[in-house]
Amino acid sequence: MSAETALLSTLFLPLVGMVLIWLTGKSPNLREAVTLTTSVILFAIVLSLLSDVLDGARPSVDLMEVMPGLSLSFEIEPLGMLFACIASGLWIVNSLYSIGYMRGNDEKKQTRFYMCFTVAISSAMGIAFAGNMFTLFVFYEVLTLSTYPLVAHKETEEAKQGARTYLGILIGTSIGLQLAAIIWTWIAAGTLDFTAGGILSGKVDPVLLPFLLALYMFGIGKAALMPFHRWLPSAMVAPTPVSALLHAVAVVKAGVFTVLKVVVYIFGIDFLAASGAANWLIWVAGFTLITASLVALSKDNLKARLAYSTVSQLAYIVLGAALANHYAILGGALHIATHALGKITLFMCAGAIYVATHKTEISDMQGLGRKMPFTFAAFCVGAFSIIGLPPLAGTWSKWYLVLGAAETGMLIVVAIYMISSLLNIAYLMPIVAKGFFRPAPELATASAGAAVAPSKSGIQEAPLLCVLPPCLTALGCFVLFFYADAVIALLRPIVE
Amino acid sequence: MIAAEHLPVLQVVGPLLAAPICSVLRIRNLAWFFTLIVSVGAFLCSLLLLQTVMESGPISYELGGWMAPLGIEYRVDASNGIVLLIISGISSVVLPFAKRSFEAEVPEKLHSLLYTAYILCLTGLLGITATADAFNVFVFLEISSLSTYVLVAAGSSIDRRALTAAYNYLILGTIGATFFVIGIGLLYMATGSLNMADIAVRLGTIAEIRTVDVAFAFIVVGLALKLALFPLHTWLPNAYTHAPSAVTAFLAATATKAAVYLMLRFSFTVFGTGSGLLAPMAGTVGIPLALAGMFAGSIAAIYQYNLKRMLAYSSVAQIGYMVLGFGLLSVTGVMATTLHLFNHALMKGALFMALGCVFVRIRSVHIADLSGIGRQMPWTMAAFVIGGLSLIGVPMTVGFISKWYLISAALEQEAWWLVALIVASSLLAVIYIWRVIEAAYLKAPPPGRAVAEAPLSMLIPTWVLVGANIYFGVDADFTVSVARAAAEGLVGVMQ
Repeated sequence: MSAETALLSTLFLPLVGMVLIWLTGKSPNLREAVTLTTSVILFAIVLSLLSDVLDGARPSVDLMEVMPGLSLSFEIEPLGMLFACIASGLWIVNSLYSIGYMRGNDEKKQTRFYMCFTVAISSAMGIAFAGNMFTLFVFYEVLTLSTYPLVAHKETEEAKQGARTYLGILIGTSIGLQLAAIIWTWIAAGTLDFTAGGILSGKVDPVLLPFLLALYMFGIGKAALMPFHRWLPSAMVAPTPVSALLHAVAVVKAGVFTVLKVVVYIFGIDFLAASGAANWLIWVAGFTLITASLVALSKDNLKARLAYSTVSQLAYIVLGAALANHYAILGGALHIATHALGKITLFMCAGAIYVATHKTEISDMQGLGRKMPFTFAAFCVGAFSIIGLPPLAGTWSKWYLVLGAAETGMLIVVAIYMISSLLNIAYLMPIVAKGFFRPAPELATASAGAAVAPSKSGIQEAPLLCVLPPCLTALGCFVLFFYADAVIALLRPIVE
Repeated sequence: MIAAEHLPVLQVVGPLLAAPICSVLRIRNLAWFFTLIVSVGAFLCSLLLLQTVMESGPISYELGGWMAPLGIEYRVDASNGIVLLIISGISSVVLPFAKRSFEAEVPEKLHSLLYTAYILCLTGLLGITATADAFNVFVFLEISSLSTYVLVAAGSSIDRRALTAAYNYLILGTIGATFFVIGIGLLYMATGSLNMADIAVRLGTIAEIRTVDVAFAFIVVGLALKLALFPLHTWLPNAYTHAPSAVTAFLAATATKAAVYLMLRFSFTVFGTGSGLLAPMAGTVGIPLALAGMFAGSIAAIYQYNLKRMLAYSSVAQIGYMVLGFGLLSVTGVMATTLHLFNHALMKGALFMALGCVFVRIRSVHIADLSGIGRQMPWTMAAFVIGGLSLIGVPMTVGFISKWYLISAALEQEAWWLVALIVASSLLAVIYIWRVIEAAYLKAPPPGRAVAEAPLSMLIPTWVLVGANIYFGVDADFTVSVARAAAEGLVGVMQ
């Protein structure tokens, strides 16, 4: 298979999977087999492309011309390759997890759920491999629309309300701000192709440049820059596999990926740094970073806390992009990978806890670590990685981000990163600590009569398919620490 | 075989002669089939015409061989070629749909007369568009309007309010037509000619300018009423709500489009530089009213419970977009208008037809009655969703193409505030479309309602338009190149 065919098949394969899922909807086992097979094949294809890209190849396909001069075109470059690897790789793990979670919770309309998932993955691939801003925008919108039914999945009044916020903010920012920015770029530069070194140098009045950047940064609502972050906590009404893969990996990472793409290939790092147009963004991203951490601290609902933590972690990457130097961009790109692994672990653990005990509030989780040791161990590893402790993957991205901040000489940015790491500890560690070290309330009041009698070993884990995936990703956090230089080798061309 | 050179007149005369024949065809299926043949014939004519025009430039046809300024000239270029294509194309798609829809909504004895009115309406709209003679425009305008009143009134067996809606439309439409003909009269007084090109030439040579200005004002106001520019839109919501579904789909996609085309034609080709009023009027009246329409229409749509009325108000807003593009008086602006003429016809046609499918099954288009309909009529509601996404302007649908060019046109003139207002109003569409999606998919159907999917004869035409929404959204090369040729032909006069 040539690289071009492989590229297109990453887009179409999930859609083929969608049709098969629809056809096999009556038989759940067959349907889940389709999902798993599709995800494995997709990952294999993406990996086959990876070796080409590492060799310096840049496969590209011009699919069709939509409007004169504007075509749907795809080109693989390192940043997109990284994003595609993460999204497709974690899809396999998450598919396993979905099966455990959806069956464990006896959720309705699972066929629709899996179908929407494949469309979302297909559009994530489209975003990763988009060759110009127009193509990226198209898939960005498809991703929003295909995840709407997933957020509204439970069809309760709360789910509808959350989905409304989700759609309203994402569509509102993308059509309201991002589209205007894209058309502005198109009129100014005459092209929307992602080009090394950017396309805007000398094309836009320097006075207006910060405004164009603002249209992009706030227009990319998926990056959850305050004040357009509300959709992310709202999306937490979705079933946890959705929160795990989409709202910790595919959707939010699509947002920050787009931010990096715009900074690297539309503005150009050097041009942006020289123009100073991103100076305001440092403050907005820094504010989001700290504020979201503080809000996370105040949330007792586990998924809400994780959601605000995501908002904060996304701001790390946007801040890296705003610093616009080689270390910071590298750190931001790396953080896409490391945070994805860490956060998906945390979400899957949250889901496993819900499946096993139907608990959503952190204050109810005292002593749960003894009953669910694997889940809580995985959670602990994920949390350490997010905090940035060695030997876990999160260390490296934070390292490069701080290095980038130091390079610009803005000590306050270094301080922001550091304070936020402390806040990470403050809002993540109590969950682990309560789980392991506090006595469980049931044991204290045994006479109340627990609904489920504890088994002999005292272990009451969620189904295997709910527990195994987070353990795998936790292991991934560990492995990535030692292979981070491979990822850096992949990414280095984008900053050179 | 009649030579291709007669095509411009053939596609108007054909339906005109067919109408009386249709009225005596008392078997309703025969009348329907006859209408379909006529409409498809007109469609093929318009396809050939547009192809010829795009290859070898405008076609001029002198009726009866009388030379142009004296005789009646028919002239087809890119700008009306595309409108002819929209009118005859939509008509040909709506007709297969109309059969079942009329059977469900209109008493059987009226059918052959209804089809006659339909053919007359088609004739009128095609005539308005093809002719290059100002008075001839008025004649066809009246043919189309009178038959439209009849078509709207046909909805009275379902809801008697159709009669008042038609009557209201009759009064306002007649006022509009009267304004228009007064304007034509003044133009004739000033120039002594009725041929559009000839008027334009003579306007350049005369010193007496006030009569011309007054003529311009009368014509613009008359047309603004016809195309339902806010605040002259009041006839539209009632007429679209109470007309039979197929009629609404046809009218919403074509009638206002022909009027918008006339506005462009008169403003640029006829008056052009001849009246100094165009530029100031477009800036101080056209754009503000377009914006007011965009917001008033969209906001009103959000508060409607009857979905046909909701879409009707949405049309008022969409007409605002068309007038906005025109008001910018640039090639890109007029391109946006022309594109949106075409694209809006596709999306509104599809949406109204989807509602027609719903009506056939549950006898209501009230949002409360649509709970859970998405599961019972999956294909119909999927069509509605795609049409709705197109209306919102999601990429890969035609709505996106229109929006892209409209925003480009505003950005070209560095009118940032216009860009902000365009995107803000298009986001209002998200609200009113999503209300329907939530009701149809996220609510449980009322117990005991078991409805089947709409009949195929209605679904297929609906999906043809849905397919067109996607096709021309993915490959906009054809529409954009025609729109560019049209805009350059129209605005080129100004430079």
